[in-house]
This record gives sequence, C-alpha cells and structure tokens, in this order.
Amino acid sequence: MIQYAAIILFVFGLYGLFTNKNVIKMIVSLNIMELGLNIFIISIGFVYDGIAPIITSTSGSGLLYVDPLPQALVLTAIVIGVGTTALALAVAKSIHNKYNTLDLGELEDIL
Amino acid sequence: MKNIFGLLISLLLGVFIILALDSSVSFPEFGSAVISDRVSDNYLDEDNIEDVGSANIVTAIVVGYRGFDTLGEVTVLFVSALGVALVLGSSKKQARMDLKFKPNFMLRIGSKVLFGIILMTSIYIIFHGHLTPGGGFPGGAIIASAILLMYLADDKFRSNVKGFKILEGVAGSLFVVIGLLGLVVASYFLQNFLPVGTVGNLLSAGIIPIIYVLIGLKVGSEISGIVDNFLTEEESL
Amino acid sequence: MTAYDIISLIIGVLLLVIAFLAINSKKLIRSVIYLSALSMLAVVSFVLLKAPDVAITEAVIGSGLVTALFVFTLLAIKRRETR
Repeated sequence: MIQYAAIILFVFGLYGLFTNKNVIKMIVSLNIMELGLNIFIISIGFVYDGIAPIITSTSGSGLLYVDPLPQALVLTAIVIGVGTTALALAVAKSIHNKYNTLDLGELEDIL
Repeated sequence: MKNIFGLLISLLLGVFIILALDSSVSFPEFGSAVISDRVSDNYLDEDNIEDVGSANIVTAIVVGYRGFDTLGEVTVLFVSALGVALVLGSSKKQARMDLKFKPNFMLRIGSKVLFGIILMTSIYIIFHGHLTPGGGFPGGAIIASAILLMYLADDKFRSNVKGFKILEGVAGSLFVVIGLLGLVVASYFLQNFLPVGTVGNLLSAGIIPIIYVLIGLKVGSEISGIVDNFLTEEESL
Repeated sequence: MTAYDIISLIIGVLLLVIAFLAINSKKLIRSVIYLSALSMLAVVSFVLLKAPDVAITEAVIGSGLVTALFVFTLLAIKRRETR
C-alpha cells in the first residue's frame, strides 16, 4: 500500500512541475518528487517480521533482518536533495533581485 | 482545462509504471524479499560483521563497503555550498537582514542555554554513529540547526564565517588523507588499518568513527555557511 | 487486516491529499507549510518500514533546514516588493 502511494506521489510532483508558473512552486514540486522516490526505494528492501539492521546484545544467530543496502543509498540521496534545493532557492532569489518578477511567462518575454 | 489534461496524462504514466512492475518476474512483492539471493547476504554474515567491527550495519555499508560513494557525495555538497556563496555573496561588506522584531531579554539568554544543549546532543549522535542509528550526516545538520537558532533569536548575531570555511576545508582534506594512508599502509584506498576491537564497544571499528566525525564537522559548517548567505543583504540600496 | 495495514493505509491516503493541496494552493506560504507536514508524514512511514537511520536524517533536515530556507527566501521577496 505504501508502494502505490509512493509512485502516485512521484507522479503528482511531476504534474506540479508541468502546470505551475511560479518558480518557488516548481521547487516545492521537485521536493515532493524526491520524497516519493525515497519512500519507494526503501520499501523495496522490506521483509515482514524482519528487524532493523542493528546488532544488539540480545540478538543471537538466525535472526531475520531488513535489507540494509537501500537505506544506505537513500541516506546519500536525502543530503544531495538539500544541496539542490539550496542552490535553486539562491538562483530564484537572485532572479527576483534583478528582474523583479518570479513568473515564468513574464520572464520568457524579458529574457 | 490544461490542468485536467496534464493531470490525466500524469496519472496514466503512474498506471503504466504500476502495471509494468506488477507483471515483472524479478520484482518481488511487498514484504517478501528473499535476502539470501541479494548482495546484502554478505553484509549480514556474522564473520564479516566481526571483521568490520561496527554494530550498525548501515554505517558499515556507508563508510566501509561503499566509502568511495560517500566521498563523492561530500564533493557534491561542497560544490552546492560553493555555488550558493558565489551567487549570493559579494565582496562589499554586507549587513544582516533586518527581521523587524526586537527580541526581549528572556529570548536572548534562553536561546544561549538551548544552544549548549543542542550542541551536546549533536556530539553524542556523531560519536555513537557505529553503535546506534544516526551518524555523521544528521549530527552535522543538528549543529547547523543550533546556529540557525542563534540567528533567529538575536538580531545582531553574525557567526564567524571565515572560521567555518577553514574548518570545512581541513575536514575534507583529512578525509582524503586518511584514505591515502590506507593506500600506503594497507593495500586499498580507504582500507581499515587500525585495530578493530570487539563489536559494541565505543572504541571499535577502526577508522569508521574518525571518518564520521570529519563528515559531521564538514556538513555542519557547510550548511551554516548556506544559512548565513541567505540572511544577508547588500548595503547599497 | 492487521493494525499495521490499517495505519499504512491511513498514512498513504494522507500523503496524497496533502501533496495535492500543496500543489494547488493560491498562496506561496501555504505550499511551504504543506511541504513541511509532508516531510513529517514521510518520517512516520520511514519508521513503519523499519529504517531508523533514514528517519532521523529526514526529520532533522526536512523540519528544520529546508523550511527555514524557503521562509527566508519568501521574506526577502516580500520585503523587496513593498519597498
């Protein structure tokens, strides 16, 4: 059920990227796409009755763990998403400083 | 009208993706993944866990087995912080952006106490990265949140940006130097060359805690630099 | 239907509703607040999928840093338009 929700969340982000004309709302849609994709990647490695991949003192042998490899990849992807959002917001602020508008239609006429 | 057309096309794409994944033989159902057919079977093997020495298996993958990808990710974050400083900075002296509220006495003193507590939490999370969930990345982000709190609570606070940039450069270079030491002493780049110890102690797992401390300092100072660039504006105007 | 299935169904439906509201709202500040709420629901679903490392990282970054950057940009834009 979470897998269906994650794919539809990614598709909503794509729809928001198509139909919005304001630059800040396009950055919000980009973040929604990244959230949906991260949830989907982690849900691939899930095992029913598995436990989180940390070894404690009460764990013997023969326990069932959840797959740890997708979690390591998504950890990197979240931090890269922050870097992308920060740079995009800096460019949007600089555009508004210079041309005094944030609408894509007006920017196409000026540039 | 264009909105509804766009929504229908996007939902059609979503239905295509779901149908393609449902009828594929090699994509497992939700919750019934067989671990012993995948690469992670080697990561979860008991002899390999004692060889690496870290109790948190995700940490062992991020810093140990896939340490070179972490080096690439640190580079990407460095490039984005450099880009923000280039776009929003200037060589003239800059003033702090005026948020138009006057903080009272309680807020200014109370936020200094809270700053100490948040910094202590972040140091705990960074140092125990190989025993409990967490590690260098959330620890560095918590340091940046503490600096953000100081910016919001006092309207005359400027952090020491030059010191942060020197710290970030030193931490990044030390990461590469430790990798090169692994190449010289042992035989691979980023090989674990310190003694491993027993699983579960604080001083175990070779070079993994040292690398996580360096990553935490680097991420924290980069995001603090980004926050400082966002809160200044030019003095001409 | 176990309790786990019911909770994951509720979280899935809430995710989709709040994402649709975030994309189609008129004011910019409302979109940013809905994005912050969406990040919090994503932390809950990471805990349900038994991934504690990723949940801590997303909680710190999504609630504190990304929302603050958006609000600072919107503040600078509004300051400049009413000058």
